[in-house]
Amino acid sequence: MSVIARNVNRLALQVISSSVRSIHCTAANATAGIEERPDARTSCTLIPGDGVGPELMHSVQEVFKASGIPVDFEAYFFSEVNPTLSAPLDVVANSIQKNRVCLKGILASPDYSNTGELQTLNMKLRNALDLYANVVHVKSLSGIKSRHENIDCVIIREQTEGEYSALEHEGVKGVVECLKIVTAKKSLRIAKFAFDYATKNQRRKVTAVHKANIMKLGDGLFLKSCEDMAKLYPKIEFEKMIVDNCTMQMVSKPQQFDVMVTPNLYGNIVDNLACGLVGGAGVVAGASYSANAVVFEPGARHTYSEAVGKNIANPTAMLLAASKMLRHINLPVYGDMIRNAVEKVIRDGKVRTKDIGGQSSTQEFTYAVIANLEIPKAAKAAAV
Amino acid sequence: MVSYVKNLISGNLKGKIWEKLSKFLQKNPQNPSGTSKNVRLSPVSGSRYFSELKKCTIIPGDGIGPEISEAVQKIFDAAKVPIEWESVDVTPVRGPDGKFGIPQAAIDSVNKNKIGLKGPLMTPVGKGHRSLNLALRKEFNLYANVRPCRSLEGYKTLYDNVDVITIRENTEGEYSGIEHEIVEGVVQSIKLITEDASMRVAEFAFQYAKDNNRKKVTAVHKANIMRMSDGLFLRCCREMAKKYPDVKFEERYLDTVCLNMVQDPSLYDVLVMPNLYGDILSDMCAGLVGGLGLTPSGNIGINGALFESVHGTAPDIAGQDKANPTALLLSAVMMLRYMNLNDHADKIQHACFDTIKEAKYLTGDLGGKAKCSEFTNEICRKITQG
Repeated sequence: MSVIARNVNRLALQVISSSVRSIHCTAANATAGIEERPDARTSCTLIPGDGVGPELMHSVQEVFKASGIPVDFEAYFFSEVNPTLSAPLDVVANSIQKNRVCLKGILASPDYSNTGELQTLNMKLRNALDLYANVVHVKSLSGIKSRHENIDCVIIREQTEGEYSALEHEGVKGVVECLKIVTAKKSLRIAKFAFDYATKNQRRKVTAVHKANIMKLGDGLFLKSCEDMAKLYPKIEFEKMIVDNCTMQMVSKPQQFDVMVTPNLYGNIVDNLACGLVGGAGVVAGASYSANAVVFEPGARHTYSEAVGKNIANPTAMLLAASKMLRHINLPVYGDMIRNAVEKVIRDGKVRTKDIGGQSSTQEFTYAVIANLEIPKAAKAAAV
Repeated sequence: MVSYVKNLISGNLKGKIWEKLSKFLQKNPQNPSGTSKNVRLSPVSGSRYFSELKKCTIIPGDGIGPEISEAVQKIFDAAKVPIEWESVDVTPVRGPDGKFGIPQAAIDSVNKNKIGLKGPLMTPVGKGHRSLNLALRKEFNLYANVRPCRSLEGYKTLYDNVDVITIRENTEGEYSGIEHEIVEGVVQSIKLITEDASMRVAEFAFQYAKDNNRKKVTAVHKANIMRMSDGLFLRCCREMAKKYPDVKFEERYLDTVCLNMVQDPSLYDVLVMPNLYGDILSDMCAGLVGGLGLTPSGNIGINGALFESVHGTAPDIAGQDKANPTALLLSAVMMLRYMNLNDHADKIQHACFDTIKEAKYLTGDLGGKAKCSEFTNEICRKITQG
């Protein structure tokens, strides 16, 4: 019932907005094409994160300001390594739940806990919002020197169970058991997500990454769920690959991969590996999806804490994540504008940060992006 | 008798006369049996007293296994390595309990010789018995898996100057094999980490680094999300690091290592890690240098050591003299080093690397057209001439 009501509303809104647009769509009002929703401003939760996160967020905000993007940020300082300053989990979760969209830096997870807490803050946030699918689109950027070219793969990772269940105990001293949980429900859900993603984005192939030859029950269940789901999508090719072979193929012939669906830990490994192939943690954006909220963040989760305050981090990943976010909240023109500007700066190669072989600072890179912001031609044409 | 005398001499005295005498003795090996396997003394018998012919178990394996094992044996003969091979078959037989397993003769052989070389084994899928590799690992308590990955000159890959050694805990972790379905659709797999096993592998890693003049040991872990289990592993590594102050120690997250490894492999030296991470990273590193056909592997255990090639059985080219014996040969070289026969090891390794570098006789997998036997003969020629 509520779905119908929502859709009716949306339909009504669309009718109104399209009629409004047709009225104002004159040569005199050239900016109308840009302002898809002229009066509405979207609010978005912002979590700067640890390490260089705040610097990167500053860069994103500068770009947003320069292009006049109608997005308001609700910023929360959220951190596990600095618990006294951190906003409470439920406040942050509520904000994301309300806004349904969030831009997030990387949270540092220390490898110990004074209180014996096994779950990291990252996990808690994911579980609170049920952000089950992490999507990282790894694509070679022209202008970044790397060993492989033409990489274009999407890694979809289940991130609420598996090895990250935080169920551990020390039965006797010196013997620790760590449980890895795999459920049919969540495996099917991520498999469906992967196939839906492939269908929606005109992808041809889905590869399930597993280790079912050793973990026959656990990974076997995951694999079986993927196989079952594959039967429902006959147009998409389905393939399975053992994780160690997958990493080996990845470093020798990464072009063969299209969409990959993985359990939690393997996803973490493949994500980082793929990011390394195209230029490192600083240039790949990612997003985590729940049924009704999306958190946009860099694709490889590294806080880069050794660069804090040095003004050398690469804001590309965060800018691309922001661009994806704009696309998600139906501001694709702004999204493309930022994406094109970032790609142009990298392609030109005059302003490069240290990680991609240059000497420029974060700030210089940001200003270069701002200088290259340009209304995309398609939107210009639509406006005229 | 002769060898005994010679060892006494060369072990204790280094006078010129004795040197001449020992040379004289070496030239006339008293070999009553008259077989081709000469009772040669290791030329570096400086401080060692065992130079008897060492017995060594060889498991040729399936598929291309027999060919490449033969190639290795031929090269060893050419290099006059003081080893006598004892070939055993590990085709599973039905034991008294009705289950299929390794034949007792094979187990006895390895247990007696304490050292073995193994070709690729085929694990039949879904036949209800455990993988033979796993069974061998359990049987001989092979707790550490060592996989050196080095870029080979002459075989160009996208990554240069890779020189990484992965040391993997081999008995527990994610591969403990304890799994159960609690209710339908919910499975829990148990990853087991124990202090004993972690300590053992950490100690091995540091000792290995020290023995092989490596600078640094990196513990690869994921203790930020598995705080107790990987935390325990990490603590063991830290503790062991204190006992080896000459070797640099660092800790890195698994994802960081993956990210950095493909960008700059020279950041790492010796890596030590639990089972699953080791499995993944060692294969990835092999990918960096050109695949499993070029990377040797050794399993070090309490009851002995088993060296193996980790590639598949390649049934499609079996028996056609096309296989590349490099991985098994380099594993055999690792075996020689383990047995302290370093001179032989160096000789064979140089001959092998030179042959690949010259690129005249490369097998199909390396982009050449040579047959396995041609490749083998070239290495033998280099050994006998050099």
